[in-house]
Amino acid sequence: MLVKTFSVFSKNFIKYVPVRRLSSVPTFAKDYLQVKRGPYKTLDEQDVRFFRTLLEENSLIEDRCDLEKYNVDFLKHLRGCSPLVLRPRTVEQMSKILSYCNNNLLAVCPQGGNTGVCGGATPVFDEIIVSTEWLNSVIHLDETSGVLVCEAGCVLENLHNYLNDYDLMMPIDLGAKGSCQIGGNTSTNAGGIRLYRYGNLHGNILGLEAVKADGEIIDCMNTLKKDNTGFHLKHIFIGSEGCLGIVTKVAIQCHPKPKSIQLAFLGAQNFTKALKAFKTAKQELGEIISAVEVMDHETIKFMWEHTDTTSPIGDYPIYLIIETSGSNEEHDQDKLNKYFQKCMDKHFVLNGVVTSSPSKSEQIWGLRERVAENFYKDGYVFAYDISLPLENYYDIVTEMKEYLGEKSHRVFGFGHLGDGNLHIQISVQKFSTDIMNYIEQHLYKRVNELNGSISAEHGIGFLKKQYLPLVKSEANMNLMRSLKRVMDPNGILNPYKVV
Amino acid sequence: MARVLVGVKRVIDYAVKIRVKPDKSGVVTDGVKHSMNPFDEIAVEEAVRLKEQKIANEIIAVSCGPQQSQDVLRTALAMGADKAIHVEVAGAEYETLQPIHVSKILAKIAQNEKVDLVIVGKQAIDDDCNQTAQMTAGFLDWPQATYASKIEKKDDHIVVKREIDGGLETIKCKIPAVISADLRLNEPRYATLPNIMKAKKKPLTKITPKDLGVDVSPRIQIVKVEEPPVRQAGSIIPDVDTLVTKLKEKGHA
Repeated sequence: MLVKTFSVFSKNFIKYVPVRRLSSVPTFAKDYLQVKRGPYKTLDEQDVRFFRTLLEENSLIEDRCDLEKYNVDFLKHLRGCSPLVLRPRTVEQMSKILSYCNNNLLAVCPQGGNTGVCGGATPVFDEIIVSTEWLNSVIHLDETSGVLVCEAGCVLENLHNYLNDYDLMMPIDLGAKGSCQIGGNTSTNAGGIRLYRYGNLHGNILGLEAVKADGEIIDCMNTLKKDNTGFHLKHIFIGSEGCLGIVTKVAIQCHPKPKSIQLAFLGAQNFTKALKAFKTAKQELGEIISAVEVMDHETIKFMWEHTDTTSPIGDYPIYLIIETSGSNEEHDQDKLNKYFQKCMDKHFVLNGVVTSSPSKSEQIWGLRERVAENFYKDGYVFAYDISLPLENYYDIVTEMKEYLGEKSHRVFGFGHLGDGNLHIQISVQKFSTDIMNYIEQHLYKRVNELNGSISAEHGIGFLKKQYLPLVKSEANMNLMRSLKRVMDPNGILNPYKVV
Repeated sequence: MARVLVGVKRVIDYAVKIRVKPDKSGVVTDGVKHSMNPFDEIAVEEAVRLKEQKIANEIIAVSCGPQQSQDVLRTALAMGADKAIHVEVAGAEYETLQPIHVSKILAKIAQNEKVDLVIVGKQAIDDDCNQTAQMTAGFLDWPQATYASKIEKKDDHIVVKREIDGGLETIKCKIPAVISADLRLNEPRYATLPNIMKAKKKPLTKITPKDLGVDVSPRIQIVKVEEPPVRQAGSIIPDVDTLVTKLKEKGHA
């Protein structure tokens, strides 16, 4: 078969790439970008004693081995040196922790599922990690309005499963769903594959509760669809990456679970054709499209080399994944068939599979969703998350490939085509600041020239901080800094990140 | 050149969470996503590969069940089967349909269609019976090669590698024969869109067990269907001493 021929070839002839196993120890974050520790107090025995009296047993983690999980980001790019993790069980405990830290000038690194990819949740020096993982109960579900109220530490997939029994679903879905927490999703305004249909979290989070740096609890809880009173403070906590407060509770607008979900995996000759297929999809499938993703062949090759999963239709330069969600299977299938026929007739797509079977859909989505968790097997992967106007969307991958030449063994792109969001990955043998600067200066310059965004959904975190002034005006930067000063005068919340 | 019959069963998709009906009479199937039994998919794939190797010249897919069973037959046709036969068994009759009935049906069709090979999945993931291949061979009085992980055609016989406890057994058997497909026999292909389109034009005939002279009256009565017991929650204990004490209390140490 076609697939196997290529696969055997690529497996035998793959260049030697140093594989970073789970045991590899990443660089200290502080050495990564040469930052200086802020004027914070160092944690001492007295502080720990205070936290012990405040929280119950097991809520503190001090063991060095146990700390490793919280000190290292999931891509194993960064490592902090936090000596302590705190896991409050109530918002009151959270409030007391922050108020103590604020009074004693102890820096804090808020952390959810630790699946961020910009180092936003990894401590840089010895910040105390405050984890939301034990704030994990579902508080209320209104089955009629579909509004779910839950604590910040609920794991996204658990919420999916919980809602499933009520024929509802979350408005957000990510590859990291098995670990990421809704509080972290909110703080980073995480995107994902359902954004195309349901919009981002600024729209879907109806209300939230957050704790400010000084421990004050800000209650913006609201379960109404419409509430136009005063300044809309909840938005300040959505996407501010834990720099202005820690989200402890959210109210989310959930949606009815579609009765019919169809998934198509299509192969196209080049990106221009794939773009035409996407445009046709918007016309032909209209209201039932729920996700539009794109992957290049290099991504499929990457998956085959590291996971033994591969394209279900053989080799094509570009693949499109289109998901539809509707209420009538026959109607949706009929539409898809007509759409596909049209695309085939015009050669926008060359081949494809379509399935309504959940197990098959899981396999196909797996190809797309499981890419990130395999990055660490491909040497050192610089992962970028950019938005570009669609006409320039894929050019950047080709351009970076040419620009890097022998310096990189793999440049690959995949992403949320529907949202103009591209994930471009550059694998190198070994991390060095030189190669990072070489890549980033060019990439971000080009993204800026093309009127794109240097961070479509991942955020700024620690890794992109130096580039924020490139894309935001002085006035914008100043307003952000003033906001930070008002909300967190001592700068204890997630220092060295974002602004 | 051989004629191959493959049996395909429509079952609840394995990615769906199974729910038991409140009255414990069975599991909820209404509005639940169904797919082809994964082992039957492997059987279809193997038949298609035999055809690609020019060992087989015609593949007939058969499914016994309600109207919706035609969906899995269409999938089999899209994967490469040439024609399909839907043996309609619906309602209460379908709930008590067992491998013995299906075997009789398959055996009858195998004779009518003059097939040389019957390939079925080793078991269906819903009832886990693992009986259809064996009983079909029995009714036909043909040799059987169960749990196949490799099939090769040599002259007038086939050589089959079987997955057995502790290893692989290679057997040789005459044709006609009945084969049951194990997990590692192959990786089934996806039905591609162009093939799904083509499959719509392939013949699908509907018959009843009565047409074949097979009696499908129930031989069993379902007493009750229950969910497995829910796992008890664990607890975190502070140190090794407590662990030892707890283990002793429970009589494990």
